[in-house]
Amino acid sequence: MTSEATLQKEPATDAEATRPGPRYLPNVDIIETKNELLLVADLPGVAAGEIDIEFEDGQLSVSAPAKPRQSEGTRYLVREYGVGDFHRTFRVSEQIDASRIAAEFNDGVLTLHLPKVEAVKPRKISVQG
Amino acid sequence: MVRWRPNGRHPFVQLRSDFDRLMGDLLSGTAAPVARAVRAFPAVNVWEEGEQLFAEAELPGTKKEDLEISVTGNELTIRGRRGSSVAEGTSFHRQERGVGEFSRSLRLPYDVDAEQVEATLRDGVLLLKLPKAASAKPRKIQVQSGPST
Repeated sequence: MTSEATLQKEPATDAEATRPGPRYLPNVDIIETKNELLLVADLPGVAAGEIDIEFEDGQLSVSAPAKPRQSEGTRYLVREYGVGDFHRTFRVSEQIDASRIAAEFNDGVLTLHLPKVEAVKPRKISVQG
Repeated sequence: MVRWRPNGRHPFVQLRSDFDRLMGDLLSGTAAPVARAVRAFPAVNVWEEGEQLFAEAELPGTKKEDLEISVTGNELTIRGRRGSSVAEGTSFHRQERGVGEFSRSLRLPYDVDAEQVEATLRDGVLLLKLPKAASAKPRKIQVQSGPST
């Protein structure tokens, strides 16, 4: 098994869905900078307006419906991936200023900016002497 | 060439997620008839409608100018690259999105008309329309009536 497999879509398994159909875990990068946490998620085939982002009690969830792009009866000659809604939840331990969360969506990639609460930013304390 | 490199998961987490994915694929019916230990990138779906083949691949974050598609006979090649989401040296908590160059070649069931191939990239999904080459189409042969003797 090569590690290339990580790049494929994984079915979401965290909670049961209320409607049938496969659900997938988007691949993400999470980056921390001085002022914010940055979450970058692959959501191919999703419409920007349909992405649902929720942040509550330190739990961040990203859901995005991805409708089938081919008709139901399509017979695939090669079928290496499935299409279905994306869903993933994260527990964020950093203090986030929820009112300033911002999101962009380009080329099937969601970028979420989660600004840290001011007090959490490292402060330089100069030593008096 | 920079290899497509997936990043930083603990081998056990990797194993578990591979297992989950395999189970998910089996349950949802998307599993290939023969298990593929190695999956090439990008994953591709191919289907046929009338005299056209369609191929689709998910390439989030790849710009159309970073994509090169070529067709020779019945061989389709998709090459491209995806840049990193941030500058080098940033501290990642998670890094699952692969970066770098990728190349995938695929043998189609018949020759396609390379001149007529259409490609569209929308919201990270590449769709290719691949019309059947004239040489691959069934030919109607007119039956000539022979001279009556």
